[in-house]
Amino acid sequence: MGKYIFKRVLLMIPTLIGAAILVFLLLRMAPGDICAVRYLGSGLAIDESQIELCREQLGLNKPQIVQFFDFIWGYVVFDLGDSMWTGQPVTHEIAIRFELSLQIAIMATLVATIIAIPLGIISAVRQNTITDYVVRGFAIAGIAIPSFWLGLMIILGLLIVTQSWLGEPWMPPIEFKSIWEDPIHNMAQLIWPAVATGYRYSAVATRMTRSAMLEVLREDYVRTARAKGMVEKIVINRHALKNALLPVVTILALEFAFLMGGLVVTEQVFNLNGLGNLMVDGVERQDFAMTQNLVMLVVIIYVFINLLTDLAYAWLDPRIRYS
Amino acid sequence: MMVTVSEVQTEADFEEVAPKKAWTQVAMDLSRKQPLGVFGLAIVLAMVVAAALANVVSPFNPLQEHFDAMLVPPGTDSYLLGTDEFGRDILSRLIYGSRTALLVGFVCAIVGSTAGLVLGVASAYFGGLFDLILQRVLDVFMAFPLIILALAVVATLGPGIENVMIAIILPFVPQCARVVRSNALAIREIPYVDAARALGFSNARIILRHMVPNVMAPYLIMLTTFLGQAILLEASLSFLGLGVQDPIPAWGLMLTNASEFFEGSPWVAIYPGVAISLSVFGFNLFGDAVRDTLDPKLRSR
Repeated sequence: MGKYIFKRVLLMIPTLIGAAILVFLLLRMAPGDICAVRYLGSGLAIDESQIELCREQLGLNKPQIVQFFDFIWGYVVFDLGDSMWTGQPVTHEIAIRFELSLQIAIMATLVATIIAIPLGIISAVRQNTITDYVVRGFAIAGIAIPSFWLGLMIILGLLIVTQSWLGEPWMPPIEFKSIWEDPIHNMAQLIWPAVATGYRYSAVATRMTRSAMLEVLREDYVRTARAKGMVEKIVINRHALKNALLPVVTILALEFAFLMGGLVVTEQVFNLNGLGNLMVDGVERQDFAMTQNLVMLVVIIYVFINLLTDLAYAWLDPRIRYS
Repeated sequence: MMVTVSEVQTEADFEEVAPKKAWTQVAMDLSRKQPLGVFGLAIVLAMVVAAALANVVSPFNPLQEHFDAMLVPPGTDSYLLGTDEFGRDILSRLIYGSRTALLVGFVCAIVGSTAGLVLGVASAYFGGLFDLILQRVLDVFMAFPLIILALAVVATLGPGIENVMIAIILPFVPQCARVVRSNALAIREIPYVDAARALGFSNARIILRHMVPNVMAPYLIMLTTFLGQAILLEASLSFLGLGVQDPIPAWGLMLTNASEFFEGSPWVAIYPGVAISLSVFGFNLFGDAVRDTLDPKLRSR
């Protein structure tokens, strides 16, 4: 096991370096930079010397290779530099938005799990019945409906329902308050995006649960359990489900990793100031320092959760370790 | 033993095919075996017809602004689904929008999965250092969540429909390559590939005639999965203002400004979303049926 972990961790390094190179090059290939964006936005006559000065201050006039090593070195000494737009440290900008994104990701994963596992089991147990078709339709619809549009519809629904029941329209609060500070306010704001994205992710997990259950229900040991006269409920919950959950947990874990940075579009709909919003702003302002570190953060989380799921697999299934 | 088994199978296949069935019978069989898949195919076909006949079936020019009829509710003055904030007919924009969606969907799915097919088969066939390096490069691309990579590419290339297609294709390639490679690796070990090499066939011929036909199933499965994904990604990027640009009718783009008006004019927000969901739904149902039919592991379940 130790050797396997060592090998997997070692394999991560070239991936991360490759990702860093890719992000760095992609951003620098774009025409223009933050200094040009700033002066265009300010409406002042374009003064080349001012733009040069701005580039010098931000270190954009250094050779690309030096800029790249500065970027990588930042990860060695844990100093990611300052945002080129606000001048605040990148870590600070990320930290103030991290809680919001993390909370939505956790809540959405919970929503997904609560929907997916029971539906997946029912669908598999009643394969090819009306129930199965309805669940599958529900799941495929979840993959088809864009979560940003579902978000819009939820807001619209809230407006209409509150208008008719309370007499005046109610919208989720815009300002973020920590759950420790004001739990009701916090929930009133974040439950909707969590449901909108959670439904979408539940769809993938429902299908996974269904197909994993179908596979397991055909195993010999399930037949043995049934032949022993065991109650069907116990056969399903104890024997089948336990073995079917492995791929489901993997999917949920990877989705969680994706949610940390993938809320880009949904955050726009709900006017949330999270990591996704920070990334869209960074892209629009060509704030290289912000965008490259943010993308790397998402990639690192993604790769790490990938690693953890692989390790969990190897731990649970010795065949993987030795192959 | 092996020979007899395969003989029995071919005979059975032959008998099944022998009596020629009317196409209605075939359609009936198919709809009984894959009711959801046939339903999906019907949605896709309806969309293709709408896109092909857009100039005939649309009641209005999708670009024409009617300043006397802005944000008109559905059903007034032959604006069946109402108008947007510029007085453009929503139904006509939806119909023309299906062209954008189909174009992006098919181009991205076909190019992305075909590039993946080539890389995947080549990687498995040549192996060695080439395989090792290619796999590490694909790892890098796979380390990005789909939308993040697409966003980074759009940031570089700028908005516009061609750039959006590139941004969507790029993350598809490694996904398909990975799946095709693992299938192709198994095929490389089968003796007939060795036999072909012993006969002195060129690499290109072995790859094209002996390897590629045998990885058609995973290739087609990936292709059909990508169709819906591409439409969804395009809608998301266009919604963010980073995709297809006005005045080209595109469903995601139609939702960009919807949140400003949907309180008073909900139809502006509702119909484009229904169009996106319905088309992706259709493509996914169809894709599922394709996978059920092609993947022997899942067959008859």
